Amino acid sequence: MNPASLKSNLKWAKKGATVIVDIDTFTDEALEKAGYNENNHPFTDEMERAYTIIKAPVTSFTQRIGNEQGADKKTADRCRNMFALGIIFYATHKKLDQTFAYLERKFAKKPDVVALNKAVLTEGYEYADKLEVMHSHIFEIAQADKMEKGRYRNITGNVATAWGLLAASEKSGRRLFLGSYPITPATDVMVELAKHKSLGARVFQAEDEIAGICSAIGASYAGALACTSTSGPGLSLKSEALGLAVMVELPLVVVDVQRGGPSTGLPTKTEQSDLNQALYGRNGEAPVVVMAASSSANCFYWAFNAAKVALEHMTPVILLTDGYLGNGSQLFRIPKMADMPEIKPRLATPNDPNYRPFRRDPVTFAREWALPGMEGLRHRVGGLEKCPDGPLSTDPENHALMVANRQEKVNRVANYIPDQEVIGDPDAELLVVGWGGTSGALTLAVEEMNKEGKKVAYTHFNYICPLPKNTGDILRKYKKIVVCELNNGQFAGYLRTQFPECPMTQYNKIMGLPFEVGELKAEFERLLAK
Amino acid sequence: MAEKHFVPKADREYTKADFTSDQMVKWCPGCGDHAILAALLNTFPKTNHKKENICMVSGIGCSSCIPYYVDTYGFHSIHGRACAIATGVKLANPALSVWVSMGDGDSMAIGGNHLIHAVRRNQDLNITIFNNEIYGLTKGQYSPTTKFGQVTKTSPYGTIDYPFNPGELVMGAQGTFYARALDCLPPLTTDIMTRAAKHDGTSVVEVLQNCMIFNDKAHAAITDRAVRDDRTIILEDGKPMIFGKEKNKGLRFNGRCLEAVTIGENGITIDDIMIHHEDTEDTGIHMMLARMSGDLPVALGVIRNVKKTSYTQLYEDQMEEQMAIGKYKCMDDLLNSGDTWEVE
Ligand SMILES: Cc1ncc(C[n+]2csc(CCOP(=O)(O)OP(=O)(O)O)c2C)c(N)n1
Ligand code: SF4
Ligand SMILES: [Mg+2]
Repeated sequence: MNPASLKSNLKWAKKGATVIVDIDTFTDEALEKAGYNENNHPFTDEMERAYTIIKAPVTSFTQRIGNEQGADKKTADRCRNMFALGIIFYATHKKLDQTFAYLERKFAKKPDVVALNKAVLTEGYEYADKLEVMHSHIFEIAQADKMEKGRYRNITGNVATAWGLLAASEKSGRRLFLGSYPITPATDVMVELAKHKSLGARVFQAEDEIAGICSAIGASYAGALACTSTSGPGLSLKSEALGLAVMVELPLVVVDVQRGGPSTGLPTKTEQSDLNQALYGRNGEAPVVVMAASSSANCFYWAFNAAKVALEHMTPVILLTDGYLGNGSQLFRIPKMADMPEIKPRLATPNDPNYRPFRRDPVTFAREWALPGMEGLRHRVGGLEKCPDGPLSTDPENHALMVANRQEKVNRVANYIPDQEVIGDPDAELLVVGWGGTSGALTLAVEEMNKEGKKVAYTHFNYICPLPKNTGDILRKYKKIVVCELNNGQFAGYLRTQFPECPMTQYNKIMGLPFEVGELKAEFERLLAK
Repeated sequence: MAEKHFVPKADREYTKADFTSDQMVKWCPGCGDHAILAALLNTFPKTNHKKENICMVSGIGCSSCIPYYVDTYGFHSIHGRACAIATGVKLANPALSVWVSMGDGDSMAIGGNHLIHAVRRNQDLNITIFNNEIYGLTKGQYSPTTKFGQVTKTSPYGTIDYPFNPGELVMGAQGTFYARALDCLPPLTTDIMTRAAKHDGTSVVEVLQNCMIFNDKAHAAITDRAVRDDRTIILEDGKPMIFGKEKNKGLRFNGRCLEAVTIGENGITIDDIMIHHEDTEDTGIHMMLARMSGDLPVALGVIRNVKKTSYTQLYEDQMEEQMAIGKYKCMDDLLNSGDTWEVE
């Protein structure tokens, strides 16, 4: 850390933590800039007692090696993180060879960069070896669970989302269309898809979010797997058109990479506060399917799944991810396309004399998709209420029926989704509930508490609307339930309306930051003790 | 790359009856929309496009009900968004002949942004604006084309909004095709629409339409039979700009602006009269023509029609090229691209 990062991040370190600072950067000027002064110095006795501070000469050592290797100062400075990494490797008893191999792959075309990075990494490691204090500060990190066999890569959530949509396009045989308008932190979904014309991706950068979703609705009418990607304020703009998509019952995937709101809010920070907007943000009775990804890598599967449900059930689907997932990078076990589930769009048959625009599949309640250009299926769709045969209708009974049918279609998606699962102590007293992008911290908190013998269990939701059919059965089993989310309790409110018999407390954080394991454990312990 | 025509040709000759739908037309009797519908129904057989591939997209307004009255695929969408929806339809399937119908409010108030961007992109769309200078469906509020000072339901003391001239808007957005028609001249409207359909790129046809309930006679000053020939000019490509009952009036450029002159008076001969060139790239004269009113006759016919590679063409060319040379041919290629490693 340099003075500025120390100032803003020290609050996240637990007492007793080991803090590595780059002592070369602690100049008077930098200290003052960071807001330190004589009365408020970073290295007080109190602080030295609370933390183990390693004052490493990161910059000067790195520059010395850079000099030796003939690299300019700028290039050398870029390697400083390797020095710190070397210290961490020493402290955690890790070997350097994996990172060496990574560097060789990453900079295959730049052998001097490889050599420099390797030398700096080694120097950091050796520096730590010479430090007395390090010998009492070795952290043993247990071997990660054996990884499933297969081919792996790194992937960010936004790229995974884009690829999931591409995969769904290939599986369904429907061309992929994305109509979008740039917005942080969702833009990279569009940026990624724009690269893949060779895979048939048709990307349209629209004049605004409304045109983004409207072009997607038009594309869906014309037979594409149509998507639009955005973040909170953009989703607000799309509301009216989403209602149209509900009314015309066309497949549509809306990806909302959530950020801090309301309004422009905290564009670069994460939050889960668009849930209500996704569930309810339209005029009229306008149900859509809502689902949420829970890791950067599984954005791939949830995007695929969102497209599958949209195409097979003829409905708009909102996929919620968030800035933390979207920008975060994770190991991704590469699937084989042959192993991905089939997607069977409900295409109408040309010249079918019995085709009616709102004739429904008796099992799913999905209507059929008749595409302009198909012979003998000319029809009209639109935002006005229609009767099942297609023509406009203002008949009161018909409206009631159509509203019920559109709702029933969404409800019946529940017949196609797996049961909700619970992990952790089978006799738990406290059930932790989470959804979307928070599963990492929540799972870890519950696992750690289980190891400590605490009676906690965890259930994580990806399907939000409809909920898995066994949701009520699960919730009714526990005396204490806490719903944890990065908003003011939107999922908790949603669950309460459906399961009023289940008392729930809630744990919320709206600071633009993800959950920390420590704060979660503290809250769960408090609830257990109550 | 050579221009392609993406829409399949008709497999037989169609007539107006082939496109007439079985739905009851609900416009007020005497509404100008009836005549525009008739003109459109006469246009489709002339476009030679396969019927199943014709797709009507509209917004919301009296005029936007037109998809019900045409026996093609149709999308009666939401207020202002027809251009955006049509853009997606055409992008997803360039083999469709896409027709956008909008009112003046639909296209230039709530949907103004989509209109100018659609025009700027020059995608292959056929846009018709039904300009009755009023909000018809919502019963008579002023629109972006209502004349300055006019009393309407929401301007009881007269509007203080300066109106848009749709032609200027289209040309300001680098439009490649703009024409103006009159509801009471269906053959001219059909002619214009047929030419619009043949244009590669976005075409905008403004039809001056009478809403006899909420803005009756809005265009009467130029459309009344008694004055029409003197108050309008029908522009024809390559021909002198002549108008008037006696066909003795013409337009000339006096170095500052356009002026109406009489042939045979003050030594004016036919040689002094300007020739209309609809394909002049510069918008200057076309703008002046679109703006004519007052002492100058209102211009009808195809005012601007220039060649510029359409967005549709450019998009399909890029797709084709990338499909041919792109590194990834299927998802397995992409998934396994770049830095990957095996875990045993
Ligand atoms: C979002 C939204 N705002 C407002 C309306 C109400 N509305 C319907 S049509 C219309 C204006 C119609 O005028 P115009 O587009 O000129 O069409 P016309 O009826 O004159 O043909 C308005 C304001 C609406 N349907 N939707
Ligand atoms: S209100 Fe006016 S525009 Fe609407 S149908 Fe009647 S006459 Fe035509
Ligand atoms: Mg109008």
